[in-house]
Amino acid sequence: MSLDNVPEHDEDAAAPAGEYRPRDFKVVGTRPLRPDGIDKVTGKAMYGADFYAPGMLVGKMLRSPHAHARIVRLDTSKATALPGVKAVMTAADFPAPRNIEAKDVGHHIMAHDQVLYDGHAVAAVAATSEAVAKQALKLIDVEYEVLPHVVDVDEAVKPGAVIVREGQRNKKVPDGYSDNCSGWYECGHGDVEAGFAKADLIVERSFKTASTHQGYIEPHACLASMGPDGRADLWCCTQGHYGVRRMCAGILGMEQSQLRVTASEIGGGFGGKTTVFIEPVALKLSEKAGRPVKIVMSREEVFRATGPTTSSSTDVKIGMTRDGKITAATAMCRYEGGAWDNWTVNMGVQSAFASYDLEAVKSQGVNVLTNRPKQAAYRAPGTPQATYAVESVMDELCQKLELDPIDTRLKNAAREGTKAAYGPTYAKIGLVELLEAAKAHPHYSAPLEPGVSRGVSNGFWFNFGGETCVSLALNFDGTITLIEGNPDIGGSRAAMTMMAAEELGVAYEKVRTLVADTASLGHNETTHGSRVTFAVGLATIKAARAAKAEMCRRAAKFWGIDPDAVEWVDGCARATGHNAGDFEPMPIEKIAKDSPSTGGPIVGHHEVTAEGAGVSFGVHLVDLKVDPETGFTEVVRYTVFQDAGKAIHPSYVEGQLQGGAAQGIGWALNEGYIYGADGCLQNPGFLDYRVPVASDLPRIDTVILEIPNPGHPYGVRGVGETGIVPPLAAITNAVSRNIGVRMNALPMSPPAIRAAIKSKG
Amino acid sequence: MSKIHVTTTINGDETELLVRPDETLLEALRDDLRLTGTKEGCGTGDCGACSVTLDGRLVCACLVLGAEVDGKDVETIEGIADGENLHVIQTKILEHAALQCGVCTPGIIVATKALLEKNPDPSETEIRYWLAGNLCRCTGYDKIINAVMDAAAEMRGA
Repeated sequence: MSLDNVPEHDEDAAAPAGEYRPRDFKVVGTRPLRPDGIDKVTGKAMYGADFYAPGMLVGKMLRSPHAHARIVRLDTSKATALPGVKAVMTAADFPAPRNIEAKDVGHHIMAHDQVLYDGHAVAAVAATSEAVAKQALKLIDVEYEVLPHVVDVDEAVKPGAVIVREGQRNKKVPDGYSDNCSGWYECGHGDVEAGFAKADLIVERSFKTASTHQGYIEPHACLASMGPDGRADLWCCTQGHYGVRRMCAGILGMEQSQLRVTASEIGGGFGGKTTVFIEPVALKLSEKAGRPVKIVMSREEVFRATGPTTSSSTDVKIGMTRDGKITAATAMCRYEGGAWDNWTVNMGVQSAFASYDLEAVKSQGVNVLTNRPKQAAYRAPGTPQATYAVESVMDELCQKLELDPIDTRLKNAAREGTKAAYGPTYAKIGLVELLEAAKAHPHYSAPLEPGVSRGVSNGFWFNFGGETCVSLALNFDGTITLIEGNPDIGGSRAAMTMMAAEELGVAYEKVRTLVADTASLGHNETTHGSRVTFAVGLATIKAARAAKAEMCRRAAKFWGIDPDAVEWVDGCARATGHNAGDFEPMPIEKIAKDSPSTGGPIVGHHEVTAEGAGVSFGVHLVDLKVDPETGFTEVVRYTVFQDAGKAIHPSYVEGQLQGGAAQGIGWALNEGYIYGADGCLQNPGFLDYRVPVASDLPRIDTVILEIPNPGHPYGVRGVGETGIVPPLAAITNAVSRNIGVRMNALPMSPPAIRAAIKSKG
Repeated sequence: MSKIHVTTTINGDETELLVRPDETLLEALRDDLRLTGTKEGCGTGDCGACSVTLDGRLVCACLVLGAEVDGKDVETIEGIADGENLHVIQTKILEHAALQCGVCTPGIIVATKALLEKNPDPSETEIRYWLAGNLCRCTGYDKIINAVMDAAAEMRGA
């Protein structure tokens, strides 16, 4: 299940069972070198495009130059006849889809009778060289009848809008919305009208955010090999190779057992590599050609035809008393995520007010279809957009009522026992502690230089668990091989190795962690939702506990005592109770060496659908300057406060917070999809879609708090996503205070800020 | 389209290549020589993932033709370490956890080595501007800056 398909949050998700036990850590919390590090600094690590196979062909896809068009004629005969072309395919080569996911994902990958976005593929070829493949694409004859298009969220939602696909209207959508509206979600509690009546000040504003791209540096790449028996191997860069297997099998009508997927090292994903774009095409071309086929996307293809974010348009209304208590709050979120339905708006609606303890709150949202690629997750999907609107209104209220932004947030902050607007009652959470830490930090009390302004914002993310398998083998020499099934996107091998070493009481260097292919371990949910350190960590700890229990049984057998009379301490089995001191502690090396004669190999394993991923909060502070002549914003100081529950490897936790902040800064100031009047993307490259470069950014300081998550044995909360949530509003609030105009659209590029300054007169 | 014979030195090894007239150095390194440590992030010189040096000068291998390296000295990420001994820049990148996904890392290391050969004592601002051609989407650059400054200090002291 992809995060797109997580519609509701379990009522108990935020109040998990008590897995957490305090302990003194020996390995966890230290900063060892990551086990995959040397391969990654020497160029040895194999990423998606680094695989080659004997007889390999080059696959290329032909893409629509129109945002919306009917395919009148599609003739591939000349391409098929070109020497060196070994296979040509169109959507007609995919069988009838088995389920909604296969239908929508397959359709997004390759158009049927209509193209639905600029860059939508219509055909693909496999040839003996890239040059022949490119020539073959030119020989494919496509006649299009261009149709009206819509790419803007506010235009698409209005009655009378161009309809992207007929029959997609969701029954829950009220009157007054176009038939593009494929989803509706709402949540909340209390009487908001009564609440607004109690307010001393009500601020109601509308905001827009542009669509952004995850901007991973590694383009999508895969190598597929399918034999005449229908059995296939696929190597690809992905956040979840089990999900790739499920989607490819669904689209191609295969049984999952017939497809083995091996995840390469992954060059960034941020949610964008949680689905498939080229893999089913490479498999089908390989089947038709009888040879391995490699497809590597160009950067232009990555921008035009993968899964950028939703763009959004959001109305927020908050009422507040003179002393800063929120009396009521409402949000209406309009998200567009391309020509297929998605659940991202639900997460936006649920998260909008998740930081606050509110008596009366209503949050609603609609998803609307447009002629754009199918959105994919991007770090806390949906949440930055809604939070941006809410936290901007909070700042305006604080400014108008002359209240301190942190004190006001503290006054309304969610805490243990708060009933969140989206339903659950929170277990122990860290928002109050984070706000207090931010208030006490030297950054918040530092005097502002002339021309410098300061912004504050909260952020929230649900965090996620999901299906997880881990296998932990004790080798005969006493070392450990840990097998997990989640691609290591930012140091997770190190985190798993550390948790296994901690639990077993062995040195970090004694454990080697490997990522298995889909045939070598049971199902593992994709690396998303900030789930891996939490869920795979939990399974690793429990697999280690299973191995320890077996090792204790082996020692008990050797000593001839009851297994319950043996405990595991510091990498050794020890007799306990009335047997304590009767036997020398038996080290792991001896148990391993003797295992063939005491019952056979020792393997601990754990399989679980992990629940209890504790929710996550963050608070960001930013200082910045705006050049009134050019509208250019320079961020001069940035501090991130986030609750990690327990930071397993603090350096990689800091890295997640810094990376999230940097992406949020880009989203706030520069990044955005720019469309022409023809609905085609005008900036499909890093020159014109400008992600932050080293000289754009200041130091990003981090403060990690550790408020243990009750749902994890060591207290871990996921940390990957929350960091991108606060920057949008933190920067907006600082810019607005700086120029004296409340900004209400992203990105705040220099021309946008210049225009705002001019509008002031 | 006949191929061009190229004699070049790659990471100290004399190497002969047959390249298409339109073949980039990046393609020659990756597809012909399987030196896949040099990455392609954009193919247009915007991301720096394919940074290599040509007679000591930092270039994007995607913007250089394979035929242009005839008689020249190419150094790639695979030539940075001395056998099993990592270069101090590589060590510092690891120690400072200055990588997450690692795909930009080869380019960052090659670019940093070129910087420190020109300027052994760069300021933080000079490092940020020198590395402005090397996109990293994971780290926010903070730990990369720390690693480069630490490597520079150690190399000056060595």
